[in-house]
Amino acid sequence: MGVGPSSMENLSLSVLTFYALAGTAVVGAAGVAFSRNIIYSALSLMVSFLGVAGLYVILGADFIAGVQVLLYVGGVLVLTLFAVMLTQGIRDVEVSNRSVGRIPAIVIVSGTAVVMYEAVSKAGWADKALAMDESSTYAVGNALLSDYILPFEVASIVLLAVLVGAVVLTRKEVVAEDESS
Amino acid sequence: MFESVGLHHYLVVGLILFCFGLFCVLTRRNAIGVLMGVELILNAANINFIAFSRYSAGSYDGHVFSIFVIMLAAAEAAIGLAIVLSIYRRAKSIDVNELQGLHW
Repeated sequence: MGVGPSSMENLSLSVLTFYALAGTAVVGAAGVAFSRNIIYSALSLMVSFLGVAGLYVILGADFIAGVQVLLYVGGVLVLTLFAVMLTQGIRDVEVSNRSVGRIPAIVIVSGTAVVMYEAVSKAGWADKALAMDESSTYAVGNALLSDYILPFEVASIVLLAVLVGAVVLTRKEVVAEDESS
Repeated sequence: MFESVGLHHYLVVGLILFCFGLFCVLTRRNAIGVLMGVELILNAANINFIAFSRYSAGSYDGHVFSIFVIMLAAAEAAIGLAIVLSIYRRAKSIDVNELQGLHW
């Protein structure tokens, strides 16, 4: 490919953006894993999700990035924060977040990391940026309503079941005898 | 290595996120922390889906799959947190080391 001075500059800018976003995602993930306060963990999770959304934008998946921001940052995180505050009160958050068994966990995780890194490096992936000609939202919408119509409809049923199930699980206990026993 | 970004870079980012999520799942005693680790792992899988769809597949199937993954992650978070809340109401604790019985 022809690399002029201007495209060279674009290249380094995109590389820089990639490293910034990947760093954001990784630092957020590290915060989730190592923070002792569960609220800080939830906020680091938000940082990580935003970094991942940026990576989706670089990869040309703008629709997925929007879904990521709306659903994860807007939905899952709010749910998580609510659950944190409903379960233990904000005051004694620090105490109930101790971690145990770090040594075996580190052993397992580093073993997994080494094996997976070997697999990632050795496998001969087809690795070239393919031209995505149509816009991603258009293509995803087409795919969802043609090839993936059955999973799409099943997903709506799953979401309905989740809605009802969450309400049933979290409502107040109606049976009075159960409370007194 | 620093000149251009390829599939390998994204796979490594996914690998790191997966490892942090796995570490979180293994070491957290708080059930909500465990669920956060699961969310990280699902995000790592999603990065791989999108990266493969960009660099190897050339189609948008990876995008569709990651939409389903995000949908299932949202469902898992809603149901998981509802279960955690109702466990907390019964047992007054969400420490996964204390919750060892199936009935209490």
